[in-house]
Amino acid sequence: MSPVAGRPAGSPSAADVVLEIRGLSVDYGLGVDAVHAVVECDLTLRRGQVMGLAGESGSGKSTLSMAALRLLRHPALITKGEVLFHSKPSNRSDGGRTLDLLRASDGQLRAVRWNEISVVLQSALNALNPVITIGAQFDDLLKVHRRDLSAAERRSRAVELLELVGMTGDRLRSFPHELSGGMRQRAMIGMALALDPQLMILDEPTTALDVVTQREILEELMELRDRLGFAALFITHDLSLLVELADEIAVMYAGRLIERAPANSIFRAPRLPYTYGLLHCFPPMHGERRPMEGIPGSPPDLRDLPPGCAFHPRCPWAMERCRREVPVLTAIAGTGREVACWLHSGGATVPQELDLPDPPPPQAGSPEPPTGRHRRAER
Amino acid sequence: MAIGVSDGTGAAALPGPEAPARGGRFRAMRLPHSPKVLIGLGILAVFVVVAIIGPSIAPYAPNYSPGLVKVMIHGQFRELPAAGWARWTSTPGCPAQYACPLLFYPVGPSGSHWLGTAFFGGFQDVWSQLLYSTQATMLVGFLAGAIATALSVLVGVTAGYLGGGPDEGLSLLSNVFLAIPGLPLLIVLAIYIPAVDTSPVVVALIVAVTGWAWGARVLRAQTLSLRNRDFVEAARVSGEGRLRIILFEVLPNLLPIVASSFLFVTLYSIGAYIALAFLSLAGADIWNWGLMLYYANAAGAVESGFWWWWVPPGICIALVGTGLALVNFGIDEFINPRLRMGGLSRKVARRLGIPARPRLGFTTVLPRRKGSASAPKEAG
Repeated sequence: MSPVAGRPAGSPSAADVVLEIRGLSVDYGLGVDAVHAVVECDLTLRRGQVMGLAGESGSGKSTLSMAALRLLRHPALITKGEVLFHSKPSNRSDGGRTLDLLRASDGQLRAVRWNEISVVLQSALNALNPVITIGAQFDDLLKVHRRDLSAAERRSRAVELLELVGMTGDRLRSFPHELSGGMRQRAMIGMALALDPQLMILDEPTTALDVVTQREILEELMELRDRLGFAALFITHDLSLLVELADEIAVMYAGRLIERAPANSIFRAPRLPYTYGLLHCFPPMHGERRPMEGIPGSPPDLRDLPPGCAFHPRCPWAMERCRREVPVLTAIAGTGREVACWLHSGGATVPQELDLPDPPPPQAGSPEPPTGRHRRAER
Repeated sequence: MAIGVSDGTGAAALPGPEAPARGGRFRAMRLPHSPKVLIGLGILAVFVVVAIIGPSIAPYAPNYSPGLVKVMIHGQFRELPAAGWARWTSTPGCPAQYACPLLFYPVGPSGSHWLGTAFFGGFQDVWSQLLYSTQATMLVGFLAGAIATALSVLVGVTAGYLGGGPDEGLSLLSNVFLAIPGLPLLIVLAIYIPAVDTSPVVVALIVAVTGWAWGARVLRAQTLSLRNRDFVEAARVSGEGRLRIILFEVLPNLLPIVASSFLFVTLYSIGAYIALAFLSLAGADIWNWGLMLYYANAAGAVESGFWWWWVPPGICIALVGTGLALVNFGIDEFINPRLRMGGLSRKVARRLGIPARPRLGFTTVLPRRKGSASAPKEAG
């Protein structure tokens, strides 16, 4: 077990960064048939950080994260960009190297996968082999990546991992169909932790589970994150969930990243009409009552995007400029957040709803940043 | 102020992205781009056309022999085939003044007989024989292929889907047919069924009987794995009948296997028919490539060097086999939507500098180029 990693400080220095996605573009298909599923996305993950990636179905969040690991199948095609993985200096043999996953050789890529970056998929039933016991699957994993371990060591490591995710060691003898959905997902998470990765990509890991199990698993996951210090890229369409557990949230729409901000800020003071709409389409449990507003219309057809900002047909504040020009992700001065919206750049008057003051920066002074548990405790 | 929801159509006049040139919502089933498949389809198309129009474009009937003409040779009248159909020599060593017996030989390809002539009883035109023979050969091949495939679908899918007792019985049946060697069974059947001599359909039937079992086994196995999938479960839950589930839920998933087994059984049937005819078990009334080979073999064409007699049917058999095999390469891509390459042909791949065959688990990355706009959707 690795010791508890130091929590990231406020400034994202280069040594802090574990994964850097720069200008990543992914198409499905070629030529005129191509669907631009992800367009020039930038994302930076710091060590130990939980980055939430939110968006509607089909907005490109899964495509983005799977493309970063080059796990998409044909006809997906990565057309542009780079994905830089910075391994921890002290970590194993490849000390502090930076690897562009998109240019890496097969061998390099295989070495990074699961060792350094692991993935928890949405459907654990489909991700686990139905005819092999859980124990054998742990064993296979360790056999491939940790050749020096003996059979007994592998077994004790598997037991240790299962206990880490709140299961008992005797479950190693079970087949996937003998476990409940929550246990399968736990086993998956245990497997993802097996090699002590620096980054875990969680692709809607709890979407198929009921809220109680979901909460248990997520709390456990966050506790493990605190103990083991891995970074996490958490993909979900559930923005309220992200507000609870992520440090930073990136919102995608029609294949583009359109807002990135600390979770608290996005929750208290959304800057983007789309995020505003997302936050107002579920009722608040506490605080003042406010009218529920959805987002009118439906997500755009990626094959036939509206010109300009893809959100403008549904945006109540759309301006002439939004119909013509695609906004780019730009930092709002003085805050740690970035927005792709013409309302916030180019001197337009910002509507009052989108101009709420930022909450105080959470990291300042406090020894620990507020995680979901803290926020829940406040209530 | 532009407050309110625009429906997006108002922006159409603005200089936006180029309109994607795509057809309707449903793309028509396209032919595969692979040259292999196109060549295979081309070969088969030629043979099908010849099978249909062959008898009407053939210059002669397949067993037509010209009458003999009286010719004066060395002061004696001799009876000879019409000019161009044969060549002859007098018996070596026989003095010219006597009426020596003449030796007749078929002739090789020429302007009047494109593939030369054959000799069996009289002299015949090989090209005409070939044109006539294609019909029955192709008919038996495709008919037997269709019947055997239908049988294997019926037995295999039924056994796989129903399970239990029916499965045991039908599996036993197909195992028995698998265990019986095909050609001997075929020979026995052909001997005992006299209609074989006159009807290609009967031949197709008995060939099909010996050729369905392998397909049935494969289909049964695949059906077994399909019947427990969630979408079949969902169909059951939604109240679909058993027949409808088999026909509309299970069968479309089996199409690649069905198609490929059809091609193989067709090839097998052509081979079996030719083998029967070569053994002169399919009668002499219906011309087919096997019959041509039988006559050529009986007349010693191979030893005598009359290559134009036996090479053409041999090449035809090889070509049809090649065509069927080539089509089989692309049938998966053609039928299985997940295997379509999404516009990625070898040519396009080479132009872009990416592998033509994408590998699972290693998404293709376009090589970095300077100043290239790979995202045309973005308007200034």
